[in-house]
Amino acid sequence: MNVNGESISGEVEDRMLLVEFLREHLRLTGTHVGCDTSQCGACVVHVNGVSVKSCTTLAVQAEGGDVTTIEGLAINGELHPMQQAFKDNHGLQCGFCTPGMVMSAIDIVNRNGSDVDEATVRKELEGNICRCTGYHNIVKAVHAGAKNMGG
Amino acid sequence: MYSEELVVGWACRKVNRPVKWTSDRTEAFLADAHGRDHVAHAEMAMDKNGKFLAMRVNTTANLGAYLSTFATMVPSYLYAFLLAGQYSTPLIYSEVKAVFTNTAPVDAARGAGRPEATFLLERLVDVCAEDMGLDPAEIRRRNFIPVDAFPYQTPVVQCYDSGDYNAALDKALALADYEGFAGRAEEAKSRGKCRGIGLSSYVEACGIAPSAAVGQLGAGVGLWESAQVRFNPTGNVQVFTGTHSHGQGHETTFAQLVTEQLGVPIENIEVIHGDTSKTQFGMGTYGSRSLAVGGVAIAKACEKLIEKGKKIAAHALEAAEGDIEFADGNFAIAGTDKAMNIAEVAFNAYVPHSYPEGLEPGFDENAFFDPMNFSFPAGTHICEVEVDPDTGVVEIVKYSAVDDFGKLINPMIVEGQVHGGIVHGVGQALLEGCQYDSDGQLITASYMDYAMPRADNVPSFDVDYAPTNPPHNPLGVKGCGEAGAIGAPPAVINAISNALGIKHIDMPATPENVWRAAQTATS
Ligand code: FES
Ligand code: FES
Repeated sequence: MNVNGESISGEVEDRMLLVEFLREHLRLTGTHVGCDTSQCGACVVHVNGVSVKSCTTLAVQAEGGDVTTIEGLAINGELHPMQQAFKDNHGLQCGFCTPGMVMSAIDIVNRNGSDVDEATVRKELEGNICRCTGYHNIVKAVHAGAKNMGG
Repeated sequence: MYSEELVVGWACRKVNRPVKWTSDRTEAFLADAHGRDHVAHAEMAMDKNGKFLAMRVNTTANLGAYLSTFATMVPSYLYAFLLAGQYSTPLIYSEVKAVFTNTAPVDAARGAGRPEATFLLERLVDVCAEDMGLDPAEIRRRNFIPVDAFPYQTPVVQCYDSGDYNAALDKALALADYEGFAGRAEEAKSRGKCRGIGLSSYVEACGIAPSAAVGQLGAGVGLWESAQVRFNPTGNVQVFTGTHSHGQGHETTFAQLVTEQLGVPIENIEVIHGDTSKTQFGMGTYGSRSLAVGGVAIAKACEKLIEKGKKIAAHALEAAEGDIEFADGNFAIAGTDKAMNIAEVAFNAYVPHSYPEGLEPGFDENAFFDPMNFSFPAGTHICEVEVDPDTGVVEIVKYSAVDDFGKLINPMIVEGQVHGGIVHGVGQALLEGCQYDSDGQLITASYMDYAMPRADNVPSFDVDYAPTNPPHNPLGVKGCGEAGAIGAPPAVINAISNALGIKHIDMPATPENVWRAAQTATS
């Protein structure tokens, strides 16, 4: 598979989860694990441009695919507009949910456009839990990021 | 302290290498301490104008199966001592019975004791208002401790140092457009929805805590905080704090504080915490104390540096020490333009070729701070809900919070704490609850069954401040980390009760609970 633009190959057991492959084999520990029931969204990555929960995806399901993790968003040290928006809007406190939030947010904007409304953002972030921010600044960040992504 | 912290230390020594503990989510649900879990009965006596005369509270507090660190302090000095709330009730009787059960240990969770006290009191006040035919805002106003009564000795140990409860209430009423509520309720009714509005005027005791006070209460520790502020010869500053930042933004706020005190550019300041191989002893982050106690320790270390810096600058500038003034990072001879920057002073302290006789080299100071009193943040939160009586689903349509945290150092971080606290409180009010079946099996051991608040359970919030100055705190700060979690639960439940015209509903007010309450209300 292609991970953050680099082609990767490896032998894995059929049952290995994508998140384990990313974190333990590739040492891409930006993708987090926050639960064991596919509820929290800390593990969200993109496979072929679409957000998936990597804790509920087998590594072999992504075989041959393009995987983007939070580490793959910044280009030459310049943050992705959505990362920058989270930073500017105080969209994170402890940061545990943040990688998954940012990956989900980008997917939300890709699917709904840069003028996506608050109700849609909130509804579509339903699969990402944050204990710290109360979501207020995350929603603000998603809107700011959406604008910047739109150019 | 969690037992895994001890186990990890023990395991380290056994295998002679670093050991890390990770629990999965289900293990955390099963074994981490749970929070709240009181059963309380409260009565209020009033005169014919709705003035509170006396309150009696009986509480049973679950400690779980094992005693954990703060377990007994939560329902005692963090709960019973807060039962006066914002009111001048002259007589308060409180009896707390702590019981062991077969649940996980119950210990401190954001607010610890103060959300329980506030929930009980603010629900009781709303029931009193209804019984007296008074508006909930009016009954609060009639009973608020007046602004000229501070310092105010409550009948339950705490002595509040400062506050202006009317100011926060007035601002919150305006922010929430309380006046316009009747019209909005009418409109909702035409859509088959019940709209309700709920107030919560909370006070909390944080900035934990004066060691002497907690000692009298039986705590086995001192609750001071420590700091070390170290200049390097380059003029860069390292700030070592005994508190710990896990999302509270101390790295930013403390650096701002040092910039304000010492005039050093913020990018030259590094805040170091949480590494016991680097930092001095500290008591940690809890009870909204990091800035109110730890921040003061940092400021005191800065003051010591300024005192020492005056001696060094006086020597270098060939002036009397008494003539040196410090402002904006410069030591200057008063009334002249002869000055030295603090970075040069630091360099002199490490390269003391020409230096005051007898003065220790180095520019590095320690300080400890033990507060004289708790701090008492307070405020009014107003929640507006729309209930669907057919499904029991509660939508929070508007939430306004006006808090008194004293002086704000970083308003953006403070506001973030308020948002997060509110949603923690909304979670408690509407969604979260640890449930055991009759065999003692935890049936909410995953996020599938334990409902966390999610982005679509809450709106964006309107947040404002009504600050007063706490005389006990040298920085004028009160602490803000727990306020939302304390203010929110009664605001939400008062709003639901108002919407349905009911006197009681238990938390969490799940759709099922609300639907059942709606059925009784209409039948
Ligand atoms: S780790 Fe929680 S949803 Fe994947
Ligand atoms: S920032 Fe801490 S969980 Fe979201």
